[in-house]
Amino acid sequence: MPVSRLLIANRGEIAMRIVRAAKSLGVHTIQAYSEADAEMLSVREADESICIGPAPAKDSYLNIDALLKAARETNADAVHPGYGFLSESPAFVRAVEDAGLTFVGPSADTIERMGDKVAARQAAEAAGVPVVPGSDGRVDGVDAALEVAETIGYPVMVKAAAGGGGRGIRVAQDADELRKLAPQAAREAQAAFGDGGLYVERAILSPRHIEVQILGDGTRAVHCWERECSLQRRRQKVWEEAGASCLDQATRETLCRSAVALAEAVNYRGAGTLEYLYDDASGEFFFIEMNTRIQVEHPVTEMITGVDLVAEMIRVAGGEPLSMTQDDIARNGHAIEVRLNAEDPLMQFMPFPGKVDGLDWPEGDGIRVDHFLSDGYQIPPFYDSLIGKLIVHAPTRDEAIDKLAEALRSTRIGGVKTTIPLHLALARSPDVRAGRVHTQWLEPWLDAGNLTAEATGDPQ
Amino acid sequence: MTDIQSPLPGTFYHRPDPDQPPFKAKGDSVAEGDVIGLIEVMKTFIEVKAEAAGTFAGYEADDATPVTAGAVLAKLES
Repeated sequence: MPVSRLLIANRGEIAMRIVRAAKSLGVHTIQAYSEADAEMLSVREADESICIGPAPAKDSYLNIDALLKAARETNADAVHPGYGFLSESPAFVRAVEDAGLTFVGPSADTIERMGDKVAARQAAEAAGVPVVPGSDGRVDGVDAALEVAETIGYPVMVKAAAGGGGRGIRVAQDADELRKLAPQAAREAQAAFGDGGLYVERAILSPRHIEVQILGDGTRAVHCWERECSLQRRRQKVWEEAGASCLDQATRETLCRSAVALAEAVNYRGAGTLEYLYDDASGEFFFIEMNTRIQVEHPVTEMITGVDLVAEMIRVAGGEPLSMTQDDIARNGHAIEVRLNAEDPLMQFMPFPGKVDGLDWPEGDGIRVDHFLSDGYQIPPFYDSLIGKLIVHAPTRDEAIDKLAEALRSTRIGGVKTTIPLHLALARSPDVRAGRVHTQWLEPWLDAGNLTAEATGDPQ
Repeated sequence: MTDIQSPLPGTFYHRPDPDQPPFKAKGDSVAEGDVIGLIEVMKTFIEVKAEAAGTFAGYEADDATPVTAGAVLAKLES
């Protein structure tokens, strides 16, 4: 049944994004909001809104009963979960469906399966998607470890098969080193867990983060090409691109086709992302996990393909088949997104939930801003620090970086410290310009003092 | 009496963890720099420290409740 009245069970910039997509389809929008979010932009922009509880997320955006009550009271026939909060909760999906409503996303079973690391790895292997080569269980003794390492290739990481965390982890570059390190790792594992069993897997030391956007209707799936999100701080992405310039066309095609195979194998419905580690040194990619929801960085994919991912999610949730075939989805140019967080990058990224005093956004061809701010808006301290995303699109990556720097310089969010200075400094970095980055690049770069008031050229 | 104020808006916690006792109880001695609570702001936890020494007189803001910047969180007797 087509979606006609959509409850938005999320907040912030993604709530605005969902309102816009739903309106483009003629769908009536209902914004659920917490007491702290009554002044939020999407409350004004949606056709109607309903308060679901107090500020803490556990009492509002994570409260399944409150959301279902709001859906009943507003006669909603579908729920869009956005990202975060309940977007990957099988219990929420089941509660929504038990209430006779449509969940905009995959089935509870799919979310459960792909949310389980072991089950997801098995599903990936079954669909022919490469995973990080490992010993598939414990190995005992140095000889066994050497044998496994020979098959999976060096460098390898040895760690305790029992327990978790970083205890007993060693990286060996070759067989000689493994002969020395494996007994140490086994002793440490024995001491820590009373079990000297080891696990051996390929060590990917400075990987890039590459991910593939897919769309499915439960039967058929397509990909919308890949993104690179290697610039991360504390495992949070800060800058994302489409496509990944490090890939050649053959690798890109193989990677994206493998993602479609996995999506079809699990009868995927909705928008999803398969995340991979990419090893520059060997040109290999390895599946790490699947996110069964729309992602923060989806706009870069929309910019290079022209596909409206959020609208397509709503259409397929309403029972329609995918509106496109793989051949319809062409790559055009290069796009970059930077996350604008209410944090002070010059003060260890301290959160800064200020009041917006003056707001200027850049405008022009190939510039997009997804945000939920308005002049005078008090940013609540209770949620994520993401306040907006600046996205640029240009024919080449070089031009995109230039356009980004210019757009950042004409952005002004008064009264609030933001990560704009970080992005200005990154846009000037020779490594970023040359694409010489990986997931372990940004933190040492920050620790080395590359982010100073001078380096950012920051007018604020 | 000295007020200990919140440096930021957010959610104030008396305990390092829900299973653990509060940082301070009434009558405890407090040294300058002692942590008396946490403020959760945008998913980040910031320690609230005493800026003077004294004797803890009690929390003024309840545990796990929203506070504004400058709100009085606790009092010290000097």
